[in-house]
Amino acid sequence: MILFLFILIPIAGGLLAWISAAWNKTLPRWIALLVMLFELVLAAMLWWQLDDVTRWSSDQWIDTFQRPWMPRFGISFSLAMDGLSLLMLVLTFFLGTLSVLVSWNEIKERSGFFHFNLLFVLGGITGVFLTMDLFLFYFFWEVMLIPMYFLIGIWGHANRTYAAFKFFIFTQAGGLLMLLAILGLYFVHAHSTGVFTFSYFELLDTPMEQNVGRWLMLGFLIAFIVKLPAFPFHTWLPDAHTEAPTAGSVILAGLLLKTGAYGILRFVIPLFPEASHFFAPWIMLLGAIGILYGGKLAYAQTDLKRLVAYTSVSHMGFVLLGAFAFNALAWQGVVMQMITHGISTGALFMIAGSLYERLHTRELGKMGGLWPAIPRMGVVSMVFVMASLGLPGLGNFVAEFLILVGSWQAQPVLTIAATIGLVVATVYSLRIMQKIFFGTSQREYKLPDLSFREGLMMAPLVIAIIWLGVYPQPVINAVKPTIPAVVQAPPVQPVPIAIHPTK
Amino acid sequence: MSTSDLLSLMPLVIISGSAVIAMLLVAIKRNHRIMHAFSVLAFMAALLSLFVQPYTVPYIIAPLFVVDAFALFNTGLILVAGLSVLFLSFKYFEQREERKEEYYILLLLATVGGMVLVISQHFISLFLGLETMSISLYGLIAYLRARERSDEAGIKYLLLAALSSAFLLFGMALVYAFTGTMEFEGIGAYLKQAGTVPVTVVAGFGLMMIGVGFKLGIVPFHMWTPDIYEGAPLPVAAYIATVSKGSMLVLLMRFYRDIDGYEYTILWWVFAIIAMASMFVGNWLALLQQNVKRLLAYSSIAHMGYILIAFLAGQLAGQEAVIFYLVAYVITSIGAFGVLAILSDKIRDAELLDDFSGLFWRHPWLATVFTGMLLSLAGIPLTAGFIGKFYIIAAGVDAGLWLLLILLIVNSVIGLFYYIRIIAVMFQPLTENTPTLTRQALPFFGVFALSALMGLLIWLGVYPSTLIALIRDMMLTMG
Repeated sequence: MILFLFILIPIAGGLLAWISAAWNKTLPRWIALLVMLFELVLAAMLWWQLDDVTRWSSDQWIDTFQRPWMPRFGISFSLAMDGLSLLMLVLTFFLGTLSVLVSWNEIKERSGFFHFNLLFVLGGITGVFLTMDLFLFYFFWEVMLIPMYFLIGIWGHANRTYAAFKFFIFTQAGGLLMLLAILGLYFVHAHSTGVFTFSYFELLDTPMEQNVGRWLMLGFLIAFIVKLPAFPFHTWLPDAHTEAPTAGSVILAGLLLKTGAYGILRFVIPLFPEASHFFAPWIMLLGAIGILYGGKLAYAQTDLKRLVAYTSVSHMGFVLLGAFAFNALAWQGVVMQMITHGISTGALFMIAGSLYERLHTRELGKMGGLWPAIPRMGVVSMVFVMASLGLPGLGNFVAEFLILVGSWQAQPVLTIAATIGLVVATVYSLRIMQKIFFGTSQREYKLPDLSFREGLMMAPLVIAIIWLGVYPQPVINAVKPTIPAVVQAPPVQPVPIAIHPTK
Repeated sequence: MSTSDLLSLMPLVIISGSAVIAMLLVAIKRNHRIMHAFSVLAFMAALLSLFVQPYTVPYIIAPLFVVDAFALFNTGLILVAGLSVLFLSFKYFEQREERKEEYYILLLLATVGGMVLVISQHFISLFLGLETMSISLYGLIAYLRARERSDEAGIKYLLLAALSSAFLLFGMALVYAFTGTMEFEGIGAYLKQAGTVPVTVVAGFGLMMIGVGFKLGIVPFHMWTPDIYEGAPLPVAAYIATVSKGSMLVLLMRFYRDIDGYEYTILWWVFAIIAMASMFVGNWLALLQQNVKRLLAYSSIAHMGYILIAFLAGQLAGQEAVIFYLVAYVITSIGAFGVLAILSDKIRDAELLDDFSGLFWRHPWLATVFTGMLLSLAGIPLTAGFIGKFYIIAAGVDAGLWLLLILLIVNSVIGLFYYIRIIAVMFQPLTENTPTLTRQALPFFGVFALSALMGLLIWLGVYPSTLIALIRDMMLTMG
């Protein structure tokens, strides 16, 4: 039941926030904040209670919830939570709370409808992370889109309509291919077993022909790597991120991209182990290209938000690399990467938003020498820039290190390429600091430093990223039972691909 | 015809009787309000009579009619659609100068035609139903004579409908000449016995296809759609999009099933090509429109293409999908046209994209309804259109129509472009020079009907099981 409440509360809260705007303009904010805090506490309590090693190792599923929905098709309203879902939920509610806070002053118009959309998208994301019915998964996958479209399209910056459009079309096109693949899997399962069901648990281990499995797997994969986004499907991301309001960017980078990664971990690999092994080298190649190409593009940007957006492309390349390396270390690294990237990139977008509020520009060329004016903000930025470039002691380092260690066993060459990506990351990350906070000031700025509210937002982010860097064990413990058998199996002989030097 | 026959045709009797009484009412005293109330009551009575069907179905009235669960369901759909159109009509016509009362007579008559179509199993009843509907539609389309495009639309429809009826008749004659029967099942039996389809019968089917295709508005018989939608009064456009097309589709399903059309690959290919062409032409041309009425017209062509894919999937699932999609499509189309009708003022209809600019901040509820309807047309979850599209894709995957499905997906994405464009316009911030139509107060009945449609849309989108079970039982009893 608690799982259903996780989804219901944000949606109900969103409606309430929308209605309440009629009486009071500030009420929606408070409602949204309370809803998110409540959910965060709820999720954190679950994590706390279950921080018991024996429990973790014995059973993958913490809680389940199931009700029939459309029996004609074998669709049920089926939710289940394991360590991976739980971590993603904690991240969702954490960033959700912050995105309410970050838009506290930014959104002045139509705050009721804004918070409705915000809570609705968070509810949809929660659904994606919890559902164990493929139809329901697709349902939530699409439900997230519309409020996100409105968030970008109504409260975004100058070129918002175009960006919102592109975002919607890209993800919808990918989603429809996934729907086709879901249905394909459904009928393959039905023909071989006679049972019509969309249940994830029953569809696992569906016997299927090699070819069919590969096609179906590609259908899923495309939807997920569009969302991730991986090269060459990443072009919607810089536009959407740049034009979205700060809360929208935080949710996009922190959570929506993670739904793609989550889909790969939860569905693609367990459902299609054979096809995943078959395509793994190529997907890892895409990941490596993404790491380098995203980093290169990030370096070339002059718009702060665009720059941060391209770093996401680069960081998400690591997710592909690790997910298809098929070993437990890389898998844990991927989960770490999802969380730490959500935190660090979310924080960078918040900083970009704060700077924009003060300077009314996102152009790096117009900044410079801001450290003396706003030292506290400079320190916070430094932390997250360092996190982004993978400084040991901060969460991202742990994640990327685990991924690289894991992927080395599968594809050494690609791993070397990815490691070069870390150097690129250093270059573009330091460029952020250099351009904004150091160098010469173009004019004498008199800017307010971090306000109390901003400090309140940044402090938990800083604490979280350091905590994850120093003591990542709770996260690793939480995902251990969710690592599927296919990944735990002894590593298969890597399939040689063209750029392999030794073969 | 015995009493029991009449009783089983109760909805039809009520509506045709009401048409006659309505005519007398106009003769006694012209009063728009009374006419409207009377027609609403007539539709409601007919709807109620569906539920007190005294005889077990299927009840066959040889040789013309068959009243089975399928027919009853679709009669209900037609009546609900007609009732919604009526609710949206009152204010729309009230503010116009012309005489308004005859509109209701024509609408009742057209409904009679549609109801005859869904129960026919014979060429004669098919043709009678079709013509009753068409002739009423000529009048309905050209009803607002003072407007410039109204006559053009009326004449165009008259000529093309007459032409297509001629083709249909000729086709029927050819089929009859060879098979010696005009009953659907008789034709099916003849073909089964013959083993192949003789060339003359193929030609006959082909000619009939022109007549049917015209009514459905599928490519290449779609040319009339945008002009008629644009010129006709908005409630009438909604009526054509739903009742006229829907009843023809139901008839096609019945005919196809009775003649075992799925056995003949040539027919299959004809429909497959039409489906592909309809999707692409409809969506492509809709992209280019600035006029919302024309846009909806082209999108309706594309939607007929989608429905044809489910139709081609055959089997039980395909037929269920057609009916489910039809229900969703009826709700959505009436909803979309209803928003336009409510926004229209005395002088002109709300049809330009600019008329919708910032609508969300002026009339939030109307804009929400319109957004819901457009999202349903685009097949986004939480709406009936999504379940409908899912149903079609499921049926298609089951039947292995991969090519058609890929094209469907490509088209869904194209479709998104223009649906989102309207939504984006509605959510634009208000500016000083946002054009506003003079209409301010929203009509109660219209908003009520739209809210009900919106409720249905969400209900079917979130919890479609009841309707799915109903349709499934119905199709199973049909065999």
